[in-house]
Amino acid sequence: MEKKYLPFEKPIEEIERKIEEIEKNKKIDPIVKNTEIVKLKQLLIEKKKEIYSNLTPWQIVQIARHPNRPHTLDYLDNIFDEYIELHGDRAFKDDPAIVSGFGKFLGMTVAFVGHQKGRETKENIDRKFGMAHPEGYRKALRIMKLAEKFTFPVVTFIDTPGAHPDIEAEERGQALSIAINLLEMSLLRTPILCIIIGEGGSGGALGIGLGDRVLMQEFSIYSVISPEGCASILWKSQNAVEEAAKALKLTSRDLLELGIIDEIIPEPLGGAHSDWEKTFEYMKSAIEKNLKELKMIKIDELIELRYKKYRKIGVFKEGEESE
Amino acid sequence: MIFKRKKYIELTPKEKVDIKKEIWIKCDGCGKLLYTKKLEENLKVCPECSYHFRMTAEERIKSLIDEGTFVEKWRNLETCDPLNFVGVKSYKEKLQEDMKKTGMKEAIVVGTGKIGGFPVSLSVLDAHFIMGSMGSVVGEKFSRICEFSIEVGLPLISISGGGGGARMYEGVISLMQMAKTASSVGKLKKAGILYISILTDPTMGGVAASFAFLGDIIIAEPKALIGFAGPRVIEQTIRQKLPHGFQSAEFLYERGLIDMVVDRRDLKEIITKILRIFHT
Ligand SMILES: [Zn+2]
Repeated sequence: MEKKYLPFEKPIEEIERKIEEIEKNKKIDPIVKNTEIVKLKQLLIEKKKEIYSNLTPWQIVQIARHPNRPHTLDYLDNIFDEYIELHGDRAFKDDPAIVSGFGKFLGMTVAFVGHQKGRETKENIDRKFGMAHPEGYRKALRIMKLAEKFTFPVVTFIDTPGAHPDIEAEERGQALSIAINLLEMSLLRTPILCIIIGEGGSGGALGIGLGDRVLMQEFSIYSVISPEGCASILWKSQNAVEEAAKALKLTSRDLLELGIIDEIIPEPLGGAHSDWEKTFEYMKSAIEKNLKELKMIKIDELIELRYKKYRKIGVFKEGEESE
Repeated sequence: MIFKRKKYIELTPKEKVDIKKEIWIKCDGCGKLLYTKKLEENLKVCPECSYHFRMTAEERIKSLIDEGTFVEKWRNLETCDPLNFVGVKSYKEKLQEDMKKTGMKEAIVVGTGKIGGFPVSLSVLDAHFIMGSMGSVVGEKFSRICEFSIEVGLPLISISGGGGGARMYEGVISLMQMAKTASSVGKLKKAGILYISILTDPTMGGVAASFAFLGDIIIAEPKALIGFAGPRVIEQTIRQKLPHGFQSAEFLYERGLIDMVVDRRDLKEIITKILRIFHT
């Protein structure tokens, strides 16, 4: 995979390139080389700390969309013992924008459902940029219902710009399929753990995002509309994306504070894209901890807690004029 | 069901100035000038071409609920500004503006009343208030009326003219109202409460993708715009013009996504019939 850098990661790129150059250079004395590299690596850590501790919401949006960021299948490949993907909604077709199936996670049988983005252009087109059609949401529901049959917990990986906005999606009932998922997930008699691993784009994200616990990776985002969409509607200008990203309160820290999510999964210094190993380690322990806790709760109580969790979201005043 | 498109009548600018808005209104369907009072007597359906004008929540309740039976609930819920949203216009300014414009506190009215003698719970969204979008108060009132319906065993009728779907000013809190209202419909399902959803122009985005499309029975008004993604967003994505009638009530009916398309002048009768048949 070709390493890509975001505009504000320029200083990081420069240092990493320098380290590479020195490492490759056979003419330098090994001792000098070593001290030089140690020095540069220290500098790299400091630079990363400096950049990553002062990120703006708009920069976080770019990290959440970073092409080098692990996607759903990367997590499955690296943190599941084994898994099998199942296909199709049993009605229309298989949606490549959503992957789903069953696997073993630390010896535990788990159902998984996740948006799948591509990395290169062709793969992205094949995966429809992780933007699902109704058949994708229906496939997800089919797998979740199957999980319910055996009381296998469901883990969902959310990473989508949004539900697919095209003619076919509307013809096949995009709104209907998302609505049904929300209702069925609210009643599903097995634990549901939802994790935002990149872009949590509006209704398309929520369509597999209603659960007992909702976690976000540190530099993922969750938003009712993309900053670009918000800027064009409210500011009537694409120049306002930074302001829109800030106003929407879409970062993990904002959403934890607002009580929308339950937990932030930390990312390595420099973001998930810079160190996959550490990212998988953090992800694995977060899933393990939450699944173990959820398994302790009796199903009827779990469903009631799930209802209350969403029932209480909302900010309003109860004025005087009461009936 | 074929509606003939009447020819558009071009008005000279001078005439346009002379039109007194209060007395005359131009039909968006056929372009004819209509006497406002006549239009209102006809439930805001054009007598010439059957074009359905948008109704306010108040007009909607008057048109459906038996006279003198409607009792509004939770009028006192007021919207806050949880994100302290600052844009070109702040959320507070936008709220003030729409409150003044509509005389409403929020985009939703809920309560109880009778339809054809049958007691029901009612939820009505009004597209005139921030496009009928789902803020916290909309979600809260909808969930409360669901729970109330279960408590007293009343069927729930929802009329969902909510254009924008989610409300940007409330960010993800607005998005979560989809989860909240859909969960409340789940409670109706478990409790065996009949839920009829009426889709009016426009029902899009988060409103469509949650409680509006979860009716046991879904009825739409003729030519209402119904869907998930807005037509403009779709056109930008696929880079082509959308076919005529795309995302209309009739379009959805043909594809089996809704139960029926009903002219507003027949709506009360149809709902009464359903209530009678489901009544045991
Ligand atoms: Zn007309």
